[in-house]
Amino acid sequence: MDAFMQFIFSGLTVGAVYALVALGFTIIYNASDVVNFAQGEFVMLGGMITVFAFDAGLPLPLAAAIAIVITAGIGVALNKFAIEPARGAPVVTLIIITIGASILIRGASQVVFDKQLHRLPAFSGDDPIHVLGATLLPQSLWVIGGAIGIFIALWLFFTRTLLGKAVLATANNRLAAQLVGINTGFVMTLSFALSAAIGALAGVLVTPITLVSYDVGVGLALKGFAAAMLGGMGNPKGALAGGLLLGLFEALTAGYISSQYKEAVAFIVILAVLFVMPQGLFGAKKTERV
Amino acid sequence: MSANSKWVQLAVLAGIMLVLPVFFPSGYYYRVGALVYVNALSVIGLVILIGYAGQISLGHAGFAGIGAYACALAPVHLGIHPALAVLLGAVISGVLAILIGRPILRLKGYYLAVATLGFGILVSMVLSNERGLTGGPDGMAVPDLGLRQVLRGMGLKLSGGEFWYIANALVLLVAIWIALNLFHSATGRAMRALHGSETAARTVGIDVARYKLQAFVISAVYASVAGSLLALQNGFITPDVAGFMHSVEMVTMAVLGGVGSVLGATLGAAILTLLPQVLTVLADYEQLVLGLIMILVMIFLPLGLLPSIAARIRWRGV
Amino acid sequence: MKVTTTALATLMALGIATAAHAEIKLGASLSASGGAAFLGDPEAKTLEMLVEELNAKGGINGEKVELVLYDDGGDPNKARTFATRLVEDDEVSAIIGGSTTGTTMSILAVAESEGIPFISLAGAIQIIDPVRQFVFKTPHTDRMACEKIFTDMQKNGITKIGMISGTDGFGASMEAQCKDVAGGYEIEIVAQETYAPQDADMTPQLTKIKSTDGVQAILNPGFGQGPAIVTRNYAQLGIDLPLYQSHGVASDGFIELAGPDAAEGVRLPGTALLIADIIEDGDPQKDVVSAYKAAYEEKYGEDVSTFGGYAHDAFKLMTGAIERAGSDDPEEIRDALEATDGLVGTTGTYTFSADDHLGLDLSAFRMLEIRDGEWVSVD
Repeated sequence: MDAFMQFIFSGLTVGAVYALVALGFTIIYNASDVVNFAQGEFVMLGGMITVFAFDAGLPLPLAAAIAIVITAGIGVALNKFAIEPARGAPVVTLIIITIGASILIRGASQVVFDKQLHRLPAFSGDDPIHVLGATLLPQSLWVIGGAIGIFIALWLFFTRTLLGKAVLATANNRLAAQLVGINTGFVMTLSFALSAAIGALAGVLVTPITLVSYDVGVGLALKGFAAAMLGGMGNPKGALAGGLLLGLFEALTAGYISSQYKEAVAFIVILAVLFVMPQGLFGAKKTERV
Repeated sequence: MSANSKWVQLAVLAGIMLVLPVFFPSGYYYRVGALVYVNALSVIGLVILIGYAGQISLGHAGFAGIGAYACALAPVHLGIHPALAVLLGAVISGVLAILIGRPILRLKGYYLAVATLGFGILVSMVLSNERGLTGGPDGMAVPDLGLRQVLRGMGLKLSGGEFWYIANALVLLVAIWIALNLFHSATGRAMRALHGSETAARTVGIDVARYKLQAFVISAVYASVAGSLLALQNGFITPDVAGFMHSVEMVTMAVLGGVGSVLGATLGAAILTLLPQVLTVLADYEQLVLGLIMILVMIFLPLGLLPSIAARIRWRGV
Repeated sequence: MKVTTTALATLMALGIATAAHAEIKLGASLSASGGAAFLGDPEAKTLEMLVEELNAKGGINGEKVELVLYDDGGDPNKARTFATRLVEDDEVSAIIGGSTTGTTMSILAVAESEGIPFISLAGAIQIIDPVRQFVFKTPHTDRMACEKIFTDMQKNGITKIGMISGTDGFGASMEAQCKDVAGGYEIEIVAQETYAPQDADMTPQLTKIKSTDGVQAILNPGFGQGPAIVTRNYAQLGIDLPLYQSHGVASDGFIELAGPDAAEGVRLPGTALLIADIIEDGDPQKDVVSAYKAAYEEKYGEDVSTFGGYAHDAFKLMTGAIERAGSDDPEEIRDALEATDGLVGTTGTYTFSADDHLGLDLSAFRMLEIRDGEWVSVD
């Protein structure tokens, strides 16, 4: 029982990390149908900038705020200088642009920062919390809380605000959105800023647990993407559920079956889910236009 | 594109392959040339899958891994000649593609991408974890093909670089010939129809699932043979060959060059193979510039290098 | 096709441009980026620093040394291409490199067939066993690290251990070597777990090991963030057993990443480099490690690591051999290299022979323990 609880805590911690990355994918995807492969780099930037600002003597909250603002700015720049000029290009071309952007950001980071691993102090100390015979670090609660908080914010944004609906409308039919008076250019800028900011916030939250270096983005994006697809791309509910489930699969597999093949089991589960539900757990069924 | 232009394309490419070595100042250029051709081989497989049939894959490095490890393992454990191991790898990849292709090709777009990604990761994970068989992440040696020695016996002395330059060029030409033929065949037309619109293709009676699967299997075999050739010329192989980054690299080459075009794919493979070699002078700035070049190409030539350039030439009426 | 030829022309121009000056050309292919940047980055920095130092002092026998350095990103396929480029195009006299075992095996094939002396910076034993004519290496083998650890365990009466290793090349290779030699030290591995290089939490694996009957200590072969996270999870779970790490994390940075509290009491086999400040005055390695540590930390503003030390030693071995050979002929350099006798490096004292191309023994390893955030020698 103690062991089981420990596996669950581990799964929730890791799953919340995945969920945070997955949530970052949703806005850009909803606005443009593009899965942004540079999303992992946004997470990395959030962590790296915070570490360097913090080491330079700034208080942690201020360092984190700076990291989020700068990363959001980079997101806007990515849209302005790479995505906007390629408007009308096939989606696969836009995806390659985001892959190029991820290589570029990684390359720039290794020059601007360094290639070392870095860590932030945990926000609320390192004393483990004992629950039901298992232990949990306070930072895990920050990460889990962060994932849930961002989920709620996104959910409210898409369902309760005019702006959120405008984002969805833009994705659905750009021309029609323009016709009803939506400034689609602004919507795109906003989506990239928000996605980048969410990524950066994720980076700040997870760095005390996962550590950060210039090249952690690829691995995070891979897991985040898988989690988002498991839940159903574009749906914040799917991103949260997909992330947590993926983390739990991995932890339980490591605990009860084999730590060597835990990721294999996770991917087999994803494949199995997609066979039964081709749009993921919460994905909307889209019909092809002829 | 007429049947005539097919032979023109092949002749032009063969001519370039033949003439290039005249300009090679050292043996190293044969090595780079050989890599360009072997990369082009797997990318052409993706042209058939992505460009013809409109299906994405982020896991084709998995098939390259199967081809590579078939060449490393089969000669040792089954005692067969490395050349036969290439075939064995291709058969295994083909059969595996049929088995997994049936269920996952029902998925669309990003869902297909994540399913193929999962397959690729499973393959690389097995190669990496089954240390007793594959040597794990440290990799394992691959037996020599032995063909060079045979040629030497016949009085033809070739360096390793020269031999693989020629061998890969020949295999690539055959692969391009097959791909171009497929393009003009009834199968190729059906594939392109379902690329346009699956629903429409289905309405006019095209067996969508069957053509998707054919494209998937053909591309898997291409990737597998490319993996085998890579393993044989390197003489050493690690699970990196099956890794996610290799899959992404293959797709990037295809899209950069022009995913609907066989020659474009070859060009894409050439550029992404050569760029890192050229950019080494930039040292720490290499990655940064590589990313920048990718973005710029895609912004200014959104259909990929060759198709975009071709479209512009046509536009000017040349 | 125009672009291809332009690119090739650029390539050629570059090749010619670098071929002009420089008297002695030293080649290197290192994993300065990618998953093994941990190893390759300090190695590349070390070589660049040492070449600069050497040339400032007038080079070797009055001739300047030019370093041709490539970043293979840890990819064996790229490493093979760069090795070919170094030998055929740059026409270097010797090669240092191969941060990982995979890249080393690729470079090794080229060096051996073209007859270029090559010093590898990777751990696996198969690099120098069987002995290859042109191939040498500086790091201890993973097997030696295991033996050092098991010797210490035996001394402390430990007979049953659990292992948790990274699935990267380093962790997997060392795990296999340790399993191989454990029996010789009457140590039984009763639990075995792994983690992927970028995993964020290892509590499930540690919980399993902890609940295995009879485990007296835990060994964690790995490098990068994994061991730091294992160490932190260890503290989180309150596991009360000795924790042994590998030489893969032997740097001051590890204490910082794991946190001094969590890292308290962790033991690992390290080199003199880590304890440069506290090493006794009479120690033959004292001057070498102090000088290297001071120069590196001054120039780059970051902690030295064992891996940079491997490159340091390889450079000293190679330039020493070139000096003694009095020529940049690869064959003569190789012969001089094999005749190396008692060269004191950061890793240990090297004496090569026709049947030993590593030339280190176990005594070069020091068992270190982290106490109050500092390394202490516990041999």
